Amino acid sequence: MQLTEKHREYWSKNLRLTAILLAIWFVVTFVATYFARELNEIVILGFPLGFYMGAQGALIIYVLIIWYYARTMNKMDKEYGVHEGEE
Amino acid sequence: MSALTQSQFFNQLKKYYTFYTGGFIAFVIILAILEQVGVPNKVIGYIFLIATIGLYAGIGIMSKTADVAEYYVAGRRVPAVFNGMATGADWMSAASFIGMAGTLYLAGFDGLAFVMGWTGGYVLVALFLAPYLRKFGQFTIPDFLGARYGGNIPRLIGVVAAILASFVYVVAQIYGVGIITSRFVGIDVTVGVWLGLAGILVCSFLGGMRAVTWTQVAQYIILIVAYMIPVVWLSVIHTGNPIPQIAYGQALEKVSATEQELNDPTTVRGAAEVSARAAFKARQTELEGKIKTLDDAVAAGQGEAFLTAERTAAGNPEDFPADVDALKEKWKKAADAAKKSSGPVAPHASAFSGKGAEKKLLKDNPNATEAEIAAAQAEDEKASDIKRRNFLALVLCLMVGTASLPHILMRYYTTPSVREARKSVFWSLFFIFLLYFTAPALAVLAKYEVYHNLVGISFASLPAWVSNWAAVDPTLMKIADVNGDGLVQLAEITIGGDLIVLATPEIAGLPYVISGLVAAGGLAAALSTADGLLLTIANALSHDVYYKMLDPHASTVRRLTVAKVLLLVVAAIAAYTASLKPGNILFLVGAAFSLAASAFFPALVLGVFWKRANKLGAILGMLAGLGLCIYYMVITYDFFGGVDANQWWDIKPIAAGLFGIPAGFLGVIIGSLISPAPAQEVQELVDHVRYPNLEGSVGTQTA
Repeated sequence: MQLTEKHREYWSKNLRLTAILLAIWFVVTFVATYFARELNEIVILGFPLGFYMGAQGALIIYVLIIWYYARTMNKMDKEYGVHEGEE
Repeated sequence: MSALTQSQFFNQLKKYYTFYTGGFIAFVIILAILEQVGVPNKVIGYIFLIATIGLYAGIGIMSKTADVAEYYVAGRRVPAVFNGMATGADWMSAASFIGMAGTLYLAGFDGLAFVMGWTGGYVLVALFLAPYLRKFGQFTIPDFLGARYGGNIPRLIGVVAAILASFVYVVAQIYGVGIITSRFVGIDVTVGVWLGLAGILVCSFLGGMRAVTWTQVAQYIILIVAYMIPVVWLSVIHTGNPIPQIAYGQALEKVSATEQELNDPTTVRGAAEVSARAAFKARQTELEGKIKTLDDAVAAGQGEAFLTAERTAAGNPEDFPADVDALKEKWKKAADAAKKSSGPVAPHASAFSGKGAEKKLLKDNPNATEAEIAAAQAEDEKASDIKRRNFLALVLCLMVGTASLPHILMRYYTTPSVREARKSVFWSLFFIFLLYFTAPALAVLAKYEVYHNLVGISFASLPAWVSNWAAVDPTLMKIADVNGDGLVQLAEITIGGDLIVLATPEIAGLPYVISGLVAAGGLAAALSTADGLLLTIANALSHDVYYKMLDPHASTVRRLTVAKVLLLVVAAIAAYTASLKPGNILFLVGAAFSLAASAFFPALVLGVFWKRANKLGAILGMLAGLGLCIYYMVITYDFFGGVDANQWWDIKPIAAGLFGIPAGFLGVIIGSLISPAPAQEVQELVDHVRYPNLEGSVGTQTA
């Protein structure tokens, strides 16, 4: 079937969201780890920051990224009329 | 049950599993009471083992099915939360449950690559794969490759890669089951392996994915409860705070302070460490001298005479090595162990520590010239940079590998809709996260315990858990007064990684029933992962090879019969391999991630995001990725006879995917561009998977 303008817009919005979230993932994972030695100079509540990011900080952000993606996309499906029926 | 709507089904499940959790807690409490009235530990161990395996078998039998969609994808109606739990159990193996905290204890910051890699991969699953695969809605991952790229070749390469990556992994799991059961109730590892196999088969054989799903949910609940209780308790004891993930900051501070003290020879404890390390250094030198005389004797053709002399000198023990090579191996191991204990303590939280060349130089030669110091500093910096490079490469491979392992991706076929699949990835990571962000806390709390309640006390008053574990298994706990001062120094303690989780209940002073619970948790983790993997391998053979390639007209009954027979065959081969106790195969598990990442990720992702990707591209990409990855491992991994000198940019073989993944992407792109664009139907299929609901689009829903 032929895709409408609306469909294309949905897909490009999806791509944009994916790219932004992937960029956050990249910074949290690779940039933060690359500078872990420097970040470790900062100590919060007993945790050197570089260590904390690897042990917990990054993990929390991963969970949030996925949560945000699911929520936004599920809303966007409805907005663009491409959501599934039932329930 | 098919008459139920999805929300009724969900409520019913919630009710079942709430009852189940309550029942399980009551069961543990009853066992605790039995322990108090004097039932021996071994009996409690047996009850745990039999009750949990019986429970999984019960769920397996209740979920038996003769329906293809039920057998392969649990009827596609597993709600997001439950699929999340099942994925969590599927994902977390014996290595995560028992080994992770120990790895962090031993490796400190460098161990965090696994924590990050094995969680961050779900971001890739959520953004690039789960919703699209769910919309595609078939049965296996090679199915997608077959439909998207056309023809049997991409499908077949997918099958080979899926089996390659899953098989090493499943052997390690079954071996893990054997170890846990043998340690737990004192039976032989081989018997434990076959017992574990029985436990795995009762759930998957009758009900396929459906049975595995509901068993995995039950296993997740056991494993998370078992992991949390001892850690929370330990945290309360040491910090007064029941949330270990927050509380361990204080413990980490004290641990870091102690590390500094122990590395400072001007303090009393630091000086004691120096003397213990010197004793190990002397032992290392002595052993190396012995190895040299052995080599000389062999070179002179006196090997046998030397061996006999050594055996007599040792008093003819029965376990004395049978030949010169074995003796040399033994001494080498002992020399390496002594060398490890002779160095300073590596600070837990410090990232990518160098090799300490500068410190060593200043110690050996306090009047070193500036040029010498600068050279040592440069050496340290280089070592540190190599560590960082390998850490980043490993994280990448583990993440992309997570997003490429078929047994995980397959789970997203089982949700009722794309919407649920997206939510389900969130729940999956949430449930995995609960364990993974606790592991670093456990590692630090255990270190705190060792530094503060073990180091510095006298050998006459060792805590009970130390002497118990040292007696049970010296590979887990070894402690000896090397420098003869009657006090414990950190250098005198050698800990095996698995000890941390296994001994935590005793360290925290909890009753034996909690130790039993932890073992049951480890068993649940290993069984659930093995279930998912076995099913992946058997389904790739029965669905992709038999049904799709050999006999597309096979009846439903026949398809299921073939699937079940293959499941048995694969399980038996895996258990047989595991019963050979292949120690080296455990190293290969890490390699499975690089293999899966290189073979699958580029073809799967470009299949959704790039319409131009075609059959030739997929074939080239998968072969190039897989091929380069295997090639790199073979030339650098000593298990295959490779050597370090072959490494590119000092990247270790476990991170071979660093080269395999780009090769895979390049292969797909080049192959696609040099051959015609895919047919109209294929492009429509891509649109079909991109939109959760597209009116009038081609249907792939066959179930």
